[in-house]
Amino acid sequence: MENNPFSLDGKTILVTGASSGIGQTTAISCAKMGANVVITGRDQGRLQTTADLSGNAVTQIVADLTVQADMENLLAALPPLDGAVLCAGNSTTLPLQFGSREKFDEMFDVNFFAPVELLRLMYKKKILQKGSSVVLLASIGGTHSFMPGNGVYGASKAALNSVMKYAAREYASRKIRVNSICPGMVDTPLIHRGTITEEQLAEDAKRYPLGRYGKPEDIANGAIYLLSDASSWLTGHDLVIDGGFSI
Amino acid sequence: MNIQEFIENFAAQFDDTDVADFTAETKFKQLDEWSSLTALSVIAMVDDEYDVIIKGNDIINSETIQDLYDVVVKLHG
Repeated sequence: MENNPFSLDGKTILVTGASSGIGQTTAISCAKMGANVVITGRDQGRLQTTADLSGNAVTQIVADLTVQADMENLLAALPPLDGAVLCAGNSTTLPLQFGSREKFDEMFDVNFFAPVELLRLMYKKKILQKGSSVVLLASIGGTHSFMPGNGVYGASKAALNSVMKYAAREYASRKIRVNSICPGMVDTPLIHRGTITEEQLAEDAKRYPLGRYGKPEDIANGAIYLLSDASSWLTGHDLVIDGGFSI
Repeated sequence: MNIQEFIENFAAQFDDTDVADFTAETKFKQLDEWSSLTALSVIAMVDDEYDVIIKGNDIINSETIQDLYDVVVKLHG
């Protein structure tokens, strides 16, 4: 399609957490919009599945972003980027009275320190080219919604949202845009781990004005907008995609 | 691990129900105070105290505190 402002044609985009869930779908969607996609995740087999589903030339780099050596390997292997979507993350459902330092550390290592360190070094090493666009996967939890049991998770995502805004201000000097997406509950393997039963999830989904949980595609399409030239004048924004839940 | 200690840990997740009201045979989901947050607290307590990960369905499928204790004992090995 000519003159499509949402096209990612010719852009090189990194997607972390690409072996499942939102990251996997985002990687596939970016490839379909014409991007050269670099995918990273912990599981080689599942990364290969993402690559197969992308139907395009995809570069795979296996890395656990909480491991410093893996982070260094990834940074050394990355080509110059026009964009990055940092999806790798985890969640937990835990009442605050059980939120020990250990539990907070586990969550912050994956959801906050890993993406913030990757963002910092991609900027410092100028892997992120001038005019590039970074998308951080945050959550409505911690900034727009405060459901009981989500405090440890929500705090890690709120901290990430905060860094997003500072980075947007600082990185604007290189015309690098930094935004986040704040999804409501999205139907991915992450929410089917059994702490919350399937019946409770089905009941919870009814509380969304649009009548359902999100699909990974709902979030991937938001990421495409934020990566594309269609959002050239948008930075420091937390894009809520939640079926109306936080209204 | 013993049932009496488990009952005490279980009862600690409640704010308004008298501790003396809890026995092994208490049908806990019938208590007025029972809620989804209590369920999350019980799951977290079991992880904290017994290093055992139970699931929401383990609670759904347990009628009494004894039933849930049996699940924890089995998973604890």
